[in-house]
Amino acid sequence: MPKKVISGNYAAAYAAKHARVEVVAAYPITPQTSIIEKIAEFIANGEVENLEYVPVESEHSAMAACIGASATGARTFTATSAQGLALMHEMLHWAAGARLPVVMVNVNRAMAPPWSVWDDQTDSLAQRDTGWLQFYAENNQEVYDGVLMAFKIGEHEKVNLPVMIIESAFILSHTYDVVDMLEQEEVDEFLPPRKPLYSLTDFDNPFSIGALGTPADYYEFRYKIAKAMEEAKKIIKEVGKEFGEKFGRDYSQMIELYKTDDADIVFMGMGSLMGTVKEAVEILRSEGYKVGAAKVRWFRPFPREELYELAKSVQGIAVLDRNFSFGQEGILFNEAKGVLYNTGAKPIMKNYIVGLGGRDLTVNDVRKIANNMKKIIEKGELDKEIDWYHLKR
Amino acid sequence: MMIEIRFHGRGGQGAVTAANILAEGAFLEGKYVQAFPFFGVERRGAPVTAFTRIDEKPIRIKTQIYEPDVVVVLDPSLLDTVDVTAGLKEGGMVIVNTEKTKEEVLEKLKKKPAKLTLVDATTIALEILGLPITNTSILGAVAKATGIVKIESVEEAIKETFSGELGEKNAKAAREAFEKTVVYEL
Repeated sequence: MPKKVISGNYAAAYAAKHARVEVVAAYPITPQTSIIEKIAEFIANGEVENLEYVPVESEHSAMAACIGASATGARTFTATSAQGLALMHEMLHWAAGARLPVVMVNVNRAMAPPWSVWDDQTDSLAQRDTGWLQFYAENNQEVYDGVLMAFKIGEHEKVNLPVMIIESAFILSHTYDVVDMLEQEEVDEFLPPRKPLYSLTDFDNPFSIGALGTPADYYEFRYKIAKAMEEAKKIIKEVGKEFGEKFGRDYSQMIELYKTDDADIVFMGMGSLMGTVKEAVEILRSEGYKVGAAKVRWFRPFPREELYELAKSVQGIAVLDRNFSFGQEGILFNEAKGVLYNTGAKPIMKNYIVGLGGRDLTVNDVRKIANNMKKIIEKGELDKEIDWYHLKR
Repeated sequence: MMIEIRFHGRGGQGAVTAANILAEGAFLEGKYVQAFPFFGVERRGAPVTAFTRIDEKPIRIKTQIYEPDVVVVLDPSLLDTVDVTAGLKEGGMVIVNTEKTKEEVLEKLKKKPAKLTLVDATTIALEILGLPITNTSILGAVAKATGIVKIESVEEAIKETFSGELGEKNAKAAREAFEKTVVYEL
């Protein structure tokens, strides 16, 4: 298929179509709605076969329907944002606990109140502990590629977990950008039909899911999910490498490193803001700054080993969090710092709270952060650990 | 070099579609593009901003456009309420849909652009489409004044966006505007 200029949401919808999803159950919410509208259009136009769209009355029901469908062995997809994702919360645990590889696109949107429709990662990061894998896309291409890889990774026999592909409100969801889509045959070859470990419609082998787990068993169920998440790191790298070999876009690294080899300061973050950060790194390098960027693609499972390798060689890491955990700090900062505690790598780390509710992080902002980090490294001590960078004073 | 274009319109006039069609036109010429709206609380008649970036290489930057090379104003009444030249680059250009004269428009601009382009896109749209929706006709003026995209590419992109007769009519409106656009070097 030739390249096309499409929005992040259409990239998600096309990827679901090319993945030959069999069941979609979803409820509309801005800015996600155009994903499921596009899928409904595919069905109305007869462009897809064997795809059942289940209209539901809420996001909680959407995920419940996805769980039921996935338990029959169907390849299942949905999409949501913010309050919708929060309403799904209970069902997210069910999908992961029942080991069902549902794929969902969450369009990051700030949680209300106050009402906002703009970009903010707190909605998806608040689902951190549900047992879903989480991939943060930088651009529309990564939304498309991410959805295709999500099915392959989630459905892998060693993983069997749901996967959330996350894109930014408006900055990706409604921005038209060039996306290089694959031919259907290429996708079919990369992503064969799902082979479920079990199916509720396998009437010769009846079983039950979601049964009682007594103290004698529950613990082991949790351990198996923990192990599958650990195993998923290997599968992510394998699938990411295969994707690169087949289609020229490599995803074998869970943290994408950009000009970090000789960098003293690295900006670390997730999602669309890292596009601007990479642009800023190129500009700052031409001005003599020794800076680089580390884009955390996969937040769950968390790329501990890759972070450690990076942290060994740099003096300072500026963690840019478009999210916040009240009473603590930026969520990526919190996790990254925790990972490094028991290692020998101790770069100076500072947390910049940026872009909440869609506020722009500009190239000039990144320059200011670089200058601040430079001063901190020269002095050898932090001015403060958490910096509400954009705050109007 | 990346070219950054900012559109000012009102909800319902199609500024967002204009930004998308311009991007599609440049894409048809082999460029990398990005087009996006600034989403406020959408309602008909409220000021709307949309953006297009065009470059020879993939575009990574994800911010709004603060220092545009080109500003396109779809609704002349916005000149009274919005500082459309805010951040306009030195050597930048302003394209306005208006029936007013160069002098009358300049008087309303806070910053004098290097080039001012005027076209009465509303009249063209009313004549050809029967509706005062100027998003396609104004693109004829953008093609003429900037040369960043050929009028043929604009026409093709319009026909890809609107099918059938609607596409033909809108492409005609763009061509008509292209012919009638006047560019002033200041």
